[in-house]
Amino acid sequence: MRIRRFLRLLPVVPSIVLLMVFLLAPVVWSFYASFTDAALSGKGARDPQWVGVDNYARMAGDDSFPLAAWLTVVFVMASAVIGQSALGLLIALLMTRSRRVVSSWVGTVVVAAWVLPEIVAAFAAYAYFNRDGTLNQILGGVGIQGPDWLYSFPMVAIILANTWRGTAFSMLVYRAALADIPRDVTEAALMDGARGWQRLAFITLPLIRSSIATNLMLITLQTLAVFTLIWVMTAGGPANASTTLPVLAYQEAFKFGDIGYGTAVASVLIVLGMVFGAVYVQLLRDKRA
Amino acid sequence: MSQLRAPSATKRTTPGTGSRRRAKLGADIALALVGVCFVVPLLWLVLAAVDPQASYQAKVPETPSLDNFRAVLTPELLFRPLANSFLLSAGTALVNVLAAVLAAYPLSRYQSRFNKPFLYTVLFGTSLPVTAIMVPVYGLFVQLHLLDSMAATIFFMATTTLPMAIWMTKNFMDSVPLELEEAAWIDGASPLVALRTIVLPLMRQGLGVVSIFVFIQAWGNFFVPFILLLSTGKQPASVSIFSFFGQHGAIAYGQLAAFSILYSVPVLVLYALVSRGMGNSFALSGAMKG
Repeated sequence: MRIRRFLRLLPVVPSIVLLMVFLLAPVVWSFYASFTDAALSGKGARDPQWVGVDNYARMAGDDSFPLAAWLTVVFVMASAVIGQSALGLLIALLMTRSRRVVSSWVGTVVVAAWVLPEIVAAFAAYAYFNRDGTLNQILGGVGIQGPDWLYSFPMVAIILANTWRGTAFSMLVYRAALADIPRDVTEAALMDGARGWQRLAFITLPLIRSSIATNLMLITLQTLAVFTLIWVMTAGGPANASTTLPVLAYQEAFKFGDIGYGTAVASVLIVLGMVFGAVYVQLLRDKRA
Repeated sequence: MSQLRAPSATKRTTPGTGSRRRAKLGADIALALVGVCFVVPLLWLVLAAVDPQASYQAKVPETPSLDNFRAVLTPELLFRPLANSFLLSAGTALVNVLAAVLAAYPLSRYQSRFNKPFLYTVLFGTSLPVTAIMVPVYGLFVQLHLLDSMAATIFFMATTTLPMAIWMTKNFMDSVPLELEEAAWIDGASPLVALRTIVLPLMRQGLGVVSIFVFIQAWGNFFVPFILLLSTGKQPASVSIFSFFGQHGAIAYGQLAAFSILYSVPVLVLYALVSRGMGNSFALSGAMKG
């Protein structure tokens, strides 16, 4: 009986092997390497030495890490939590009230920015925020001399670009959630004389609360990992002004060849992902219970 | 639909039809404004592609032509990178669907104490920021001599999307009634035969959605092949696109835009294909719906 039950689970083995080799092993290795002076070339590449918490101590003393951590928080809060989620909800709400032609056209446009390959979206955003780019052309059209966005306000540019790129996901989630609200609930509220914002605050939002929570977790995780967009638009510059944690980890490991320090930064990011991931799993469990 | 409902709604809300219609118009205008903001960054891409004298400015070309498209339609610039992209994405989708179907079958068909912990651990795995594990993955690939290996890259890319694929596949499989297989079992078919001849054909559409979903993700992936594939002959379009930034900083803007469009078309078509009818469960990638 035992053996038969075990045999039944045999088909799961390929997946388990893949997940262990390509996801679990790198994570374990990351934590290990972050305590060594592993490097891309030289002595650290041939024979990495155990250096204890040196990398983490350096991280705390270094200027670039606290700055990158802070910029990551700003990036996630502004572009995911405020930008994508709030804008996505607004679009979804507007869609329930507007004409079908308008909502399907806008839906297509918003989704297009999301479905495009990330490198293409990044180039488009780069061209848009360029000194000679479309944004400054539009500003020039109304008589405003626009700044060099990518140089003077790199964070503003990448936050807006990531909002543009990612809002579609939140929009789709909220549209599905709003469509699930039973019609008689809103109609009853309407009969009781609830005004627009009252219905939103006391009926609509509480009803889609769990969708909002899971969506926030997911887009936080996605935004935490954004690399390509930033790398193409500003490469983390000028002078680290838009270097978030993934960009910092990449630069330390691959540009400066310091694998040990790079994995230490990456490990912090992994731990952050795990914390958000644990909350996310818990949210889904509660929903199902 | 909305037209049918409108009369009864106005009857109930006495404040009159005027304010309702005004609210509707307001929503239309606000939504259209948002749409314009979203479409403007894409204008440059389209305009520059047909402009032989393109720059970063979005302007209607003086002499529109397909020269940029003609210039990139060469084996070296376009076809080989696209073939590499196809190989990577199709390989990733294949490995993914195979592993996911095998894993989903016992999870969907048998009750076991092992199911829930496994599924939630897998779900937890989806939350690993992939950019964070690229440094350790690079280290791992160096030690195992797997750098610049197309096959190893495919397996890694398949693993990063596997958690999502397992959840989606299991959900699709759950909707195939168990009774159909029980009949086959009574006739003496083994579970794997039942899976192949009864379950898989019935969840064809779901399998299509999972593979297209994985394919689109792999097609657009830049960071993974950028780190793991070194030789130009193996690089997919997402990485080879950098050849348009000339050696000395001169950028072939028009060609870059034309290439971007040709490279994007396949995923736009595939998305349009699955979003129709599959709308929500695709967008929520299975995990959210549970």
